[in-house]
This record gives sequence, C-alpha cells and structure tokens, in this order.
Amino acid sequence: MKKERQLLKGNYAIAQAAIEAGCQSYFGYPITPQSEIGEYLSTKMPELGRAYVAAESEVAAINMVLGAGSTGVKAMTSSSSCAVALMQEGLSFIAGDEIPCVLVSVMRGGPGLGYIYPSQGDYYQATKGGGNGDYKIVTYAPASVQECVDLTYKCFYVSQKYRTPVCLLADGMIGQTMEPAVIGEYPYEEIDQSDWALDGAKGRKPRFIASIEREQEALRKRVVKIFEKYNKILENENIFEKYETEGAKLVITAFGSIARIAKAAVKLARKNGLKVGLFRPIMLNPFPEKLVAEIAQKVDCILDIELNCGQMLQDIKASISNCASTIPVKFYGRPAGVMMTVEEIYKQIENVYKEIVEKKYGTACI
Amino acid sequence: MGRIVLNRDRCKACYLCVDACPKKVLGADNQVNALGYYPVTVSNPEECIGCAMCARVCPDIAIEKVYR
Amino acid sequence: MEQLVYKKPDSIKDDFKISFCPGCDHGTAVKLVAEVLDELGVRENTIGIASVGCSVFSYDFFNVDIVEAPHGRSMAAATGVKRSKPDKVVFTYQGDGDLASIGLAETIHAMTRGEKVTAICINNTTYGMTGGQAGPTTLIGQVTTTTTSGRKAELSGYPLKISEILKEVDGTAYVARVTLDSPAAIMNAKKCIKKAFEAQIKGLGTGFVEILSTCPTNWKMTPQEAHARVRGEMSEVFKPGVYKDKVSEAL
Repeated sequence: MKKERQLLKGNYAIAQAAIEAGCQSYFGYPITPQSEIGEYLSTKMPELGRAYVAAESEVAAINMVLGAGSTGVKAMTSSSSCAVALMQEGLSFIAGDEIPCVLVSVMRGGPGLGYIYPSQGDYYQATKGGGNGDYKIVTYAPASVQECVDLTYKCFYVSQKYRTPVCLLADGMIGQTMEPAVIGEYPYEEIDQSDWALDGAKGRKPRFIASIEREQEALRKRVVKIFEKYNKILENENIFEKYETEGAKLVITAFGSIARIAKAAVKLARKNGLKVGLFRPIMLNPFPEKLVAEIAQKVDCILDIELNCGQMLQDIKASISNCASTIPVKFYGRPAGVMMTVEEIYKQIENVYKEIVEKKYGTACI
Repeated sequence: MGRIVLNRDRCKACYLCVDACPKKVLGADNQVNALGYYPVTVSNPEECIGCAMCARVCPDIAIEKVYR
Repeated sequence: MEQLVYKKPDSIKDDFKISFCPGCDHGTAVKLVAEVLDELGVRENTIGIASVGCSVFSYDFFNVDIVEAPHGRSMAAATGVKRSKPDKVVFTYQGDGDLASIGLAETIHAMTRGEKVTAICINNTTYGMTGGQAGPTTLIGQVTTTTTSGRKAELSGYPLKISEILKEVDGTAYVARVTLDSPAAIMNAKKCIKKAFEAQIKGLGTGFVEILSTCPTNWKMTPQEAHARVRGEMSEVFKPGVYKDKVSEAL
C-alpha cells in the first residue's frame, strides 16, 4: 500500500497498519463487524511469509496468540464483543505470563448476540475484563480511520515495550467508516525481546513462561511488578485529546466514535457562545484519572456521553471522587442501535448548560 | 558385571525396579530417605548385569546411571 | 572396562524435581520424551507446551524452553509457537482431560491443519490433579469421586477413544497408543514417541502418542496393581498399537 493519503476503511487500515508494524503472526475467527481484518490478512500475511491461521474459535485464536507471543514475535488477533468474551481466560494468562500481543476489539451491540450496530458496550469488557485475577488490558480507542492506523502502531509498540497485552478498542462505526488516511511507516523503535523470549535453550538455561507461581511471596511480587508496569504505561504512553477545555464551564467526556460527533456538537456550542470543551481519553486503560480530576477542578459540570448505558462514566466519577469540590457528572448515553447526531448531543449540551451554568452564574455571565 | 548409581533421596518406594530386575539385585532399605520413604537399595550388587531395566522403569529417575 | 549404558537424559534438568506420586507413570513418560529429544539432538531447538493438570509441572524437569497454556489450549499455543518459529521442534505434554475433554476442539483442529508439532497425551482414565474425578476416558464401571457407584453409560456416556478418533484426522502423520507397564512396553513407547517427533521434523504432519498411564493414588492401587489394570481392563477398551504411521511410509 502506498504511503500517501488514500480512501480507507477502518478495518483495512488496522490490518495494513498491523503489517507495517511488523506483525508476524495473526490468528482469528470471523465475526462482524471486523471480518475484513482477517480477510485482508489471510492474503497479505502468507505473501509476506508471515503466519495467518484461521482459528477454530476465538478461544483457540487467543491461545495461538499466547504461543506466538511467547516467542517474542509481534502477534495479533481481532474480534468483537461476544467473541472477545471467549478470549478473557487467554488474556488473563497472557497478562500473567507477561507476553506481548495486540487484540483488536471492534465492538458490536450486546448483550449476547445483540447485533452489528455501533456500540460502546464493551468499554467494561476491555478495561475491566472478564478474566480472573489482578491485571489490566492496556486499551486505546480510535475515533478516526487515521487513528486506527496510528493507534495500531502504538498498540504494538506498547505491547512489545512493556510485555503486556494491548487492546485497540474500535467500534462498528469506525471499523466500517471509509475516509482518507495515511499509512505511514511504523514510527517506533524495535524492542529487543531476546532476553526472555523462547527460541530453544541453546547455550543457556531453559526459560519458562507461565502465570503459575507456587510460592506465596513470589506470586504477590509478580502481581506487584505487573502493576508497576501499568503505572509506567500511564506515565509514558497516555494519549488524549483536549478540545476547548480552557475556560470551559462544561466539559464533555467521550471516547471513540461518539467523541467525534460530540466534538462537532462542542464546536456548534462554542459558535453559539457556550463555554463548552471536550476531553477525549484515547488511552482508556489505565484510566487517566489525574487528568480528569484536573479538568474537574476548573469546570462546573462534566457531561459524559457514551453509546452505552454509562460505563466510562464510572471511571469519570471515580476520578473526581477525591477532588476538593465535587461537581455534577451528567450522563447522556444510549445502548446499541441508533447512532447519536450532532444536533441531539448539542441539545443535551444546551440543556445541561442551562441547568448547571446558568443556575450558578446567572444568564448575565454567559 | 554391572553397577547402578542410585540417588536414594529421589526414590519414592514404588519398587517397580525391584520387579523389573531379572537378577533380584534390588530390595527395600530399612532406613527412610529424605522424602520419608523406605527407598530401594542394592542388596545383591554382585548379581547386577547392568541391563538398565531398573533405570528404565524408574518413574523418578532415582537410578541416575547404569554401568556394565 | 566399565561402560555407561544408561544415564539421566540431558533433556531432564540436573536439578530436576519429579513431583508426581509414587509409581505414577507420568515420570516414565516424561523421561522417555526427554530421551527422545536427546537422541534426536533437538533439545536446544525445542519449545514445549505445559498444560494444566499433573503435567503443569513440566518446567520442574524438562530442560527445554517451555510456555504454559491454559487448560485444554496446548495445541492452540503449540500452533502459535510453530507458525511463528517454523524451524523449532514443538511439543505438548497433556493429560486426557486437557487434550480430550476441555481441549478436544483445539486438539482435532490443530491436527486437522496438520500442525507440525507432537502431542503426548497421558490417559489415566481420571482427573488426577484434582483428586480423581471421572473424565472423558473413565471406563464404564470405574469408581471415581464423581461416579461413586461406577461410571454408568446411561448417565455419563462412554469413554472417549482418542487414538481411534485422531487416526481419522487427515493432518495426523503418526498416531499410536502405548503402555508403560513393563520394560519392553517402555522401550516400545519410546520408539513410538520418537516416531511422533519425526513426523513433525520430517514435515509430515502432527505426531501423536496416547500413553495409557497409571494413577495409583486415585485408583487406590499399588503401582504394581495399577500396571495390571493397564494391561487388563484398560487395554481391552483402549487397544494399544500403532494406528497410523506415515513416518515409516515416508522412509
């Protein structure tokens, strides 16, 4: 693919970016709305002499990723919602094993089979997970096709640098959107994996990659070490977008596709003289609590907008729970099905603005 | 003539080697080992032919070497 | 002049720890795999997959690189390793619960793809690690902690015949069922395990050996009685033999 601006579908952008990032092994099972990723890689990977395996299930796919990742190569799988649910055990093992890998999760509507409509109902699944034990899946959420590319690169880099599973959390809308984007070169340094990866115990002691730890103290230390890693990731690898938050009285929080629509609504609000800004966490896990708290100190209200029944909302609330003065956190959300429009979000902004800001400052202040 | 190198502290006293030995070289020790078992002992060393049957059947690799 | 005729294989660690119960055939099976790796000269080019069950402690004794797979997923993990590093010798060491119950889909599909890996399955007709519950291979009439009056077909079905199933899978190149109940049986088992490794090394497909093993602790038998059971009722249902051998055909 040419490294120039081209019209690209989100799913294809992710797939080609994975190739550019040096993904050596892909394992997957079809599920809409992300099947294009596997389709694309089924042709491209063998052409490049890399591994593509059509796994018999998502359970198998994630464990193939586990095996591949244990050899130090860049390994990836992609899936969606009810099928990502099947991967939770494997993800817990991979996190415990400290194996690098990338999971692309293109959300569909749930619960259960739901349908393929855009949804952000798997924020909890990605950031809180269903696997056992103390661990996190580092998560990045793209809001455009360009970010699908850039964040796929970021996911591979962070996974390799910190030896941890990283999730690219897209949704059906981003996956299926076609818009101009550039697939540039992989911008990160290559991380040497030779000091831990399995390649046959030649001239050295054998290595053992596992999550099992029979000694009490060793088990505790292992988990503590993993969590120290998450702190470093939050410190070094956090990405977010702040739009018009300076001087804002109301800040919208949103992630992924809905944040894009919310941003248009914020622009409209600014045009109409409302002091509204947007905070879009791009790294969702570990959650940037401090940033949210800082913003909360300076505004009168937060309006969280999600395409679900209020999932990131809980992280927003937790972030500001330690602030000296608490502010109201409003929520406007909707489960999978119908996408929100700019006008609809704008109306919400207007309502909340009136309710909170005007009450506090009086209309004269605006 | 043969000889075995037995690590008595690895023996878990299953005595599969005692049954496997065609020359009845092995028997049970009357002193417990580090694991708390009455391990195998070489009771008739002069009979050993170094066939290594004992080592092959030992699930604990307690018979580490066999010479002939 | 005295000659060394047997020694601990190099593919077993010097500071190894065999954590199995007294008389358990697991130890012998592990040793045979290690001897085969030694004889094929592939120890330093091998990656093993540890499964869940009694075989989880593979890293206590195997002197090779090992990655642990979740319960039942060894063949999927082996697929990931082999496809990423095709020049490595890759093997799984699994119990029957792992390979034939929770991991049956992964087992059959990896073998359907003809993954160039070797799977060693310990069939002891019970879940040993968890205390002797009925498993996929538990014999009709066998008393376990979950079939206290003996397994009844009408309640819990029939024992699964793994080798018979896997020989029908097109991607397998070698399928054999062996026992470890005598020195001769052990020597034969080793020959079969070697063939199962040659199947992948020669690029013919998946090599598979089902080892009928004892679980003296949960069977509540002495090791000797347990071997008699392997020879008797177990071998009657699970007939030992070579079920498929494309390795010899290829020679």
